[in-house]
Amino acid sequence: MIWALFVTAVKALVLILALLFAFAYITWIMRRGLARFQIRLGPNRVGPFGLLQPIADAVKAIFKEDITVARADRFLYWLAPFLAFTFALAAFAVIPVGPDGWVVANIDMGVLYVFAVSELAIYGVFLAGWASGSKYPLMGGLRSIAALVGYELALGMAILPVVLMAGTLNLQEIVEWQKQHGYFIIYQFPAFLVYFIASLAEMSRTPFDFAEAEQELVAGFHTEYSSMKFVAFYIAELLHWIVGSALIATLFLGGWDAPFGLPEIPVLWLFVKWALFIFLVLWIWASWFRTRYDQMIRFAWGVLLPVATVWFLITAYYVVKGGMA
Amino acid sequence: MSVMALAKALGITLRHFFSKPVTIPYPDAPVPLKPRFHGRHVLTRHPDTGLEKCIGCSLCAAACPAYAIYVEPAENDPENPVSIGERYAKVYEINMLRCIFCGNCEEACPTGAIVLGYEFELADYRYSDFVYTKEDLLVDTVGSKPQRREAKERKKPVKLGFEVPYVRPELEGVKYE
Repeated sequence: MIWALFVTAVKALVLILALLFAFAYITWIMRRGLARFQIRLGPNRVGPFGLLQPIADAVKAIFKEDITVARADRFLYWLAPFLAFTFALAAFAVIPVGPDGWVVANIDMGVLYVFAVSELAIYGVFLAGWASGSKYPLMGGLRSIAALVGYELALGMAILPVVLMAGTLNLQEIVEWQKQHGYFIIYQFPAFLVYFIASLAEMSRTPFDFAEAEQELVAGFHTEYSSMKFVAFYIAELLHWIVGSALIATLFLGGWDAPFGLPEIPVLWLFVKWALFIFLVLWIWASWFRTRYDQMIRFAWGVLLPVATVWFLITAYYVVKGGMA
Repeated sequence: MSVMALAKALGITLRHFFSKPVTIPYPDAPVPLKPRFHGRHVLTRHPDTGLEKCIGCSLCAAACPAYAIYVEPAENDPENPVSIGERYAKVYEINMLRCIFCGNCEEACPTGAIVLGYEFELADYRYSDFVYTKEDLLVDTVGSKPQRREAKERKKPVKLGFEVPYVRPELEGVKYE
């Protein structure tokens, strides 16, 4: 019992460190990648290819003055980045990176857990907007809540056909189902599309990054935050991207399963698939516009939700008729 | 169709992703300049005799809209002339802080003595160091004052931060290397 606890704790620690490392280098990939999309070079002064840039950024952030605005609700103002950061970090716990044992928490409610935890992180955003006592953060927080009401249903509806077909909510078992029968991106392409679009909103990335629209809201919900509190938000925000990409890779692209009969190496194949989605989101970020949040909500309710519902009913009929069983 | 427009946008950015960045990493790589770039002035010499072209007429100073040029002429010694004419410039100074690099001096010069070159790395610390004298401007001098000072301290040749496809003929005898 104690041994199992110890193993889990070590796994969790490794995962947290890996995620924070991934975060540090995702900032580098983001800046260099976006620069290449815009035919620029990006940061290249600190270390070879600018590889030490994240460390320089961290040092800079730590030594910045930590400001609390006068009209802030002090407790919530402090709590918000903490919430956002913790829940963003916790969401990865159930995503398997390899066969048996290569997961921190192999729980039967894996899918629900990810959804619950990553949506709790929205409290961080909303509380930050509310507690800052300033109008731009408030607008940003309101927008992210309004968006949540839109995309969350589509997200949940798009995941149902996958769960129906695999017959389980356990992410490890979903991956194993895909290992046997083939990836869900083939069987569930409409669900994949809906899920991908909705998860762009969940990660608050272009075209749905209106919660922190620089041109209108300065920086949205984290306008009034500086120093390490800002970093906590920044980490949370990029972790949503990291976790979201890993989750799509797990649900629709077979997770850690080696494609095309290649040798099976834990972590590697999930990493490759994850990197694919990271790139895809970056690519979209560099290419597309930002929608208005009411447009996004209309799109989510008017297009994504009906498509997902109809597809869910089709899948349900298929499963009930005994296909794929 | 709007979906096609979105796909087109993705195509454009992907093409850019695989093209060479337009950024010039300047201190590491030289800046490509056009042959008509207006940079630091050069006082040219006659290629055959090696005599200075400048005859100390002060027309450049008169043409200068920023009053950056100061010329003090003197009579040539007929035995050992400095320039081809009767007079030469005993003092020739350009204040690089005042200069707006318009090239009017070059236009006004009757002998083609003062020509704008390509050097632009003129940043320095003291006001007095921006006054370039004849020694700093004459054709054989390569590099700005701070560049030459640094080269002297490090005991290395002057490193110029630009490249030109060709040096225009007005810059007679100027060699950038």
